[in-house]
Formats: sequence, C-alpha cells, structure tokens
Amino acid sequence: MSQATADPRYAAARAAPKKRLRLSWTDPTFRGLIWQIVIVGMVGMVGWYLVRNTMDNLAARHIATGFAFLDRIAGIPIGEAMLPYNPAVNTYGRALLIGVLNTLNVAVVGVILATILGTLIGIGRLSRNWLLAKLTAFYVETLRDIPLLLQLLFWYTILQGLPAPRQAWHLGSALYLTNRGMKLAELDWQPAHTVAGIVFLVGVAGTVLWSRHAARRQDATGLRPPTWPVALGLLVVLPGLVWAALGAPLTIDYPVLRGFNFQGGLTLSPEYFALLLGLVTYTASYIAEIVRSGILAVPKGQWEAAGALGLRSGEVLRKVVLPQALRVIIPPMTSQYLNLTKNSSLAVAIGYQDVVSIANTTLNQTGQAIEGIAFIMAVYLTISLSISFFMNWYNAHIALVER
Amino acid sequence: MTTIVSHSTAATREHPPLLSAGPLGWVRANLFGSAWSTAVTLALGYVIMRVIVSAYDWGFANAIWTVPYGKTGIADTGVCQAAKGVGACWAVLTDKYRLILFGRYPYDEQWRPAVVVVLFVGLYIVSAMRRFWRKELALIWVVTLSVVFVLMFGGMFGLSEVTEDYWGGLPITLILATFGLAFAFPLSVLVALGRRSSKLPAVKVLCVLYVELIRGVPLISVLFMASVMFPLFMPAGVNVDKLLRAQIAFILFAGAYLAEVVRGGLQALPKGQTEAAEALGLSYWQRTFLIILPQALRLVIPPLVNTFIGFFKDTSLVLIIGLFDLLTMGKVALSDPPWQSFSTEVYIGLAVIYIAFCFAMSKYSRNLELGLSRAQTR
Repeated sequence: MSQATADPRYAAARAAPKKRLRLSWTDPTFRGLIWQIVIVGMVGMVGWYLVRNTMDNLAARHIATGFAFLDRIAGIPIGEAMLPYNPAVNTYGRALLIGVLNTLNVAVVGVILATILGTLIGIGRLSRNWLLAKLTAFYVETLRDIPLLLQLLFWYTILQGLPAPRQAWHLGSALYLTNRGMKLAELDWQPAHTVAGIVFLVGVAGTVLWSRHAARRQDATGLRPPTWPVALGLLVVLPGLVWAALGAPLTIDYPVLRGFNFQGGLTLSPEYFALLLGLVTYTASYIAEIVRSGILAVPKGQWEAAGALGLRSGEVLRKVVLPQALRVIIPPMTSQYLNLTKNSSLAVAIGYQDVVSIANTTLNQTGQAIEGIAFIMAVYLTISLSISFFMNWYNAHIALVER
Repeated sequence: MTTIVSHSTAATREHPPLLSAGPLGWVRANLFGSAWSTAVTLALGYVIMRVIVSAYDWGFANAIWTVPYGKTGIADTGVCQAAKGVGACWAVLTDKYRLILFGRYPYDEQWRPAVVVVLFVGLYIVSAMRRFWRKELALIWVVTLSVVFVLMFGGMFGLSEVTEDYWGGLPITLILATFGLAFAFPLSVLVALGRRSSKLPAVKVLCVLYVELIRGVPLISVLFMASVMFPLFMPAGVNVDKLLRAQIAFILFAGAYLAEVVRGGLQALPKGQTEAAEALGLSYWQRTFLIILPQALRLVIPPLVNTFIGFFKDTSLVLIIGLFDLLTMGKVALSDPPWQSFSTEVYIGLAVIYIAFCFAMSKYSRNLELGLSRAQTR
C-alpha cells in the first residue's frame, strides 16, 4: 500500500478527481448550494417579516424593548420565597430569581422522589407475587393515561378539602395535614450541624479515595484491604464526634397550634405539596416502565452465571446485573427527568409560584411579553442542557468499554 | 417418545398432586410462595378489600344520581351536600354532561359536535387497521377533516354558522390533537430528512436548532408565545383567533417531537436500501418517497402512536391560556355555584374519558409493536 502511493506514476491516477464546482443543475454540489440558499433565504425572510411586524407593533404600543424592567419594584406577592423578599422593596429581577429557585426546588426534589418511587414500582411489577405485580401494573396503566394537569387539579382540590388546622390529621406531634398545607417537625439548625455536614462531605471524599486505593491494591496483590471500617469511621463516627465536641445540639422545632394556624416547624404549602405529589406519582409511572424494561434487558444467563461463580445475591445485583441494566435505563431516564422539569411549569395552574407563574405575572404587569417569554425559555433551555450534559457524562462513564 | 406415552397410559392414572398443580398450585406459587410473599399478599389483600368496599359505598351504594330542580331551574343540591364524604354526587355529571362534552355550542345544534366526535373516533379506527395503510389513507384524512370543519363551522349546506367562540369540550380536545398531528406529520418528515442530509449543512443546522429549541422548553411557554407574542408578530389589523393560534403552537411543538420519532425510523433503515436505490439510478425524491419513507414510517408507527397519546393529554394545557377544551369545560361546570364543591366527581368523570381514549391507543400500540417485532425476527 505504502509502496504504491509512494510511486509517483500511480499517485496522480489514484488521487480522487479534483472536484470543481460547475454552474450547472446536473452538478449535485451546485444544486445543494442553490437549495440551501433558497431555504435559508425563505426562513430568513419569514423571520425578518415577523421581526419587522413586531417592531412596528411595539412602537405603536409605546413598549420599550429590553430588560430594564428587571430593576423596577415588582410588587408581586410571593408566598414561598427561598430568599428574603418584600414585594414593596424588591425588584422584578429578584422575583424572577426566586421563581427560578422554586422551579429548581420542585424539579430536584421531584426527580429524587420519582426515581425512588418509580424504581420500587418497576421492581414490584416484576415481583413473583401476582397481587403485587397486578397492582403496580394497574398503577402504571392508570396514571399514564390521565393528563398531568388533571391530576394536579385533583390533588390540589383534595388537599384543599383537608380539615382546618384545629381538626388536623396528625401523626404524633411531628406531622400535621391541614387545608393550609403539611406541617412537619424540623431540626433547629445550628452551626454545629453545618460543621458536621462539611466533615461528612470530606468523609465521602476520603471514602472514595480509600476505595480507589483498595481497588489498586487488589489489582496489584489480589488482596483487598477492608473498606467498610474506614467508611464507617469517616462517614458516621467522625461527623458524630465533631457534632458531640461542639456541644451536641439537638432541638426539634415542633409545629404548635396557636389561634387558627400552626406556628413553627417546616411548612409545605398545599400548592407545593400538590405539585410535588402530582409530578412524582405521574413521572414514577414512566420511570417504573423504564426500570422494568432495563432489568428485563439483562439476560437470565447473567444471573445464573454470576451465581455459578459464587457471588452472593447482593453482589450479583450490584456487580453484574445493575451495571448492565443501567446502560439501558440511563438514556430514557434522562428524558423523563427533563420531562419532569418541564412539566413543573404546570405549577401556574394551581398557583405555585415557579418561574413561569412569576414571569407570566411580570409580563402582564409590564407588557414586556417578548422578554418574559424569552426569560422562561432561556431558563428551561439552560436547565435542560445542564441535565442532559450531566446525564450524558454519567452515561459515558458507565458505558461499555469496547475494544 | 411414543414408548413412554404408551407406558404411562398403561399405568394406573394418578391424580395430579393437589397442592402443586391446578388452581391451588397456582395460588401457592403466585400468592404464598414464601413468607415474604405471604405477608405482602395478606397486607395488600386487606388494603385492596378496604379500598374496594369504601369505593363501592361511595361511588354506588350511597351515590346520588339526580337532584330535584327548583322553580327557577336551579339545581337543589341539598341532598348532595348532606351526603358529602359518604356518597358521590354523580348528579353533577348528569346535570352538566352536555356542557362538559360540547361546551357552549348552541344546544339544539349539539348533534354536530357529537357527529364530529364519532367521525374522529372512526378516523382513528380506520387509521389503526393495517389494510388501510396505503396512500389513500391520506385522502381519507383530508376528507374527514374537511367534513369536521364544515360541521363545526356551518354556514353552508343549510347548517347555521357557529363561530369558534362557541366551540368547546371534547371536540376541541380532538381537533387540537388530530389537526395537530395531521399538519405536524408532514412537517416532521421534512425536518427529519433535513436533519439527516449531509449535503445541505445549512438546512441541517436549521432543523437541529428548531428541534432542540422546541424540545428544550415546556409546552406552556410555546402556548404563551402563541397567546401573548403571536399578535405582535402579525401586521397591525390582522387578528388571528385564539384557537387557531393554539393550533399553530401545537403543530410547531408536535412537529419537533415527531421529527425525532421519524428520524429514529430513518436511522433504523439499513444503508443498503439507499445505496441500492442509488444504484438503480433513482433521484433523491424518488429514493425518499418510493424506497426509504414507506419502510421507515412503517417502523415508527408504535412510537408515533405513543407520541400521539402524549399530545392528546397535552391538549389539556390550553386550560392555562383560556381555551375551552374538555378539562376547561369541567372547570367551567364547577364554577356554577350549586355544584362548586363536587370537583372530585367531575375530575373522575373527565379522567374516565381520557383513560378510555389513551388506554385504547396504548393497548393498540403495544399489540402492534409485538406484531411488528414478530414479523421482523422471523
């Protein structure tokens, strides 16, 4: 091969004939160029037409374009704000930021809970117990076939129909369900808890490092140094000691009925609770199917072979089945996480103030329709791209390494 | 083999063991297989029995189906209020079903939306049958959708004209979903082809941008765009009504999702098909329409149906921009003062309608998938 190309006599003959653009309809390259110019030109013209109309309309209505309105005082009352907020003082910018945080809050909590519930239901459908398998199948079939918005409205009316605080349903003195939302007992957060939390995170990093070291030792010597005592020490004992050394503060803030409502404790508003309930139960029905098909995708021989090698059943699941099932599960799971995040925008229908709800109020008050919708789209695009970026990274991380 | 059979017939016939075969054996294996399984069965069985009994009491035994009307024609819901929490008040559905199903369409003309619903269901059934999977199906769609249009609008063939402000209920849901699919589908085929074209990089970039942009944002933001921004896009004086704007938003939204489904089908087709068609001297459009698309689209019918189920459910989102679809009509019915506190009953009624449509479609798509995969593996 190299000899043939080295020979100058053949080199000219072997080289592909040089492509020269002919200005003729029979030349595919030329044709492609013309098609592209026509199509892009048409799209551009439609776009220009829309932009020009919009400019004319905005000028006729005396609406100034731009994001200057973000610095004006908002005056939107917000029920649940994760940042300090006062409608009389704070700006639209801050109100929208709070909206973004509320969306992220629902999305993150929803994704975690939906994954847990969905996995349990997916495994339940594979159960050998007929009753459990049929019941979980019924759950999946029913919830998938009802629009999420209808489910959200349903949960919201159910939660509003709960008894008033005085007759609240309760679990001991730690949990109350009322028509004003769910009240939970909450740990009174002290600096000592923060420090213990940081120590715990350091412990996680240390455990990861130690298990990597153990894996290297196992590769080198065939003997694996024990990992669980180190993990126990770093993850439980050390944070516990730090917490104890700082005075072991442990006060729990119980909700207490005063007058017509509860004081203290953690409050989940009916809006937030209904949104979370709807999103989690609906998405879990999709996740259950993904988990089920992922587990079914692992051939039975893999279980049997792993068992024949003498692995215990926990090890079979962890080291043989799950790594293979995850490869099937991760890509569709990503799109379910994205769906949950996008579906959280239905909050606007039941009055939870997420980014769509606050941006909608903003654009109604200021008339800045384009900016408001552009803001909503930019936020969701950013979230969507971040999630798919992370999940793609994770997918590449667990993907099959082929020769 | 035969010798063994003759032996066993010669031996005295024994009864199968009672506890490991037959119905009892099935119960033992599937409900009481282990201590864990027994515990699950007993706990679940108890809970399910309790739920069924109380659901029966609430939904049937103590339910109220009709209420008396006062002199002014206003429903007297005193009986229902008294039974609240004990029995369902289905009277709200028997009183309001025409409003929920057909909206504010003139009462005497409501046979027209009813026929439209029947036409849509018939269209779905015909499209589901394999013997109609040919080019004439497109014609059937065009004719049916035109008839739907004439029936709803009226103003010709002796039908009185009914403007879109009076449309509502189930026909709106079906119109949004079906017209959305009918227009989004050709768009999605073009976009999918554009996204796969290697010779037209600029077109490819446009298609990728469109698909990824739409798929990255929630449907609500597209609908808001249609209801709030669209009037700004049009020249002064041009007024496009709300239903049409929402319909355009749906088409654009559905187009992006369907394009990905179609692209999946195009990718699944072996490259040899294109190359063979090229070798036969067919042009690009001949290749695409005679060889590639007929095979690729057949492959994607099950995911296409699943996407359609998604749109069908998503039409309920027009509630947020104030269009009168099925769900919105349910809320409108609930805004009537006597019935305000019976939302559970109305929501259950709506859920049953949605489940009926979605369950039939998903069942169909699953059977189809099984059938197609069986045909392929053979």
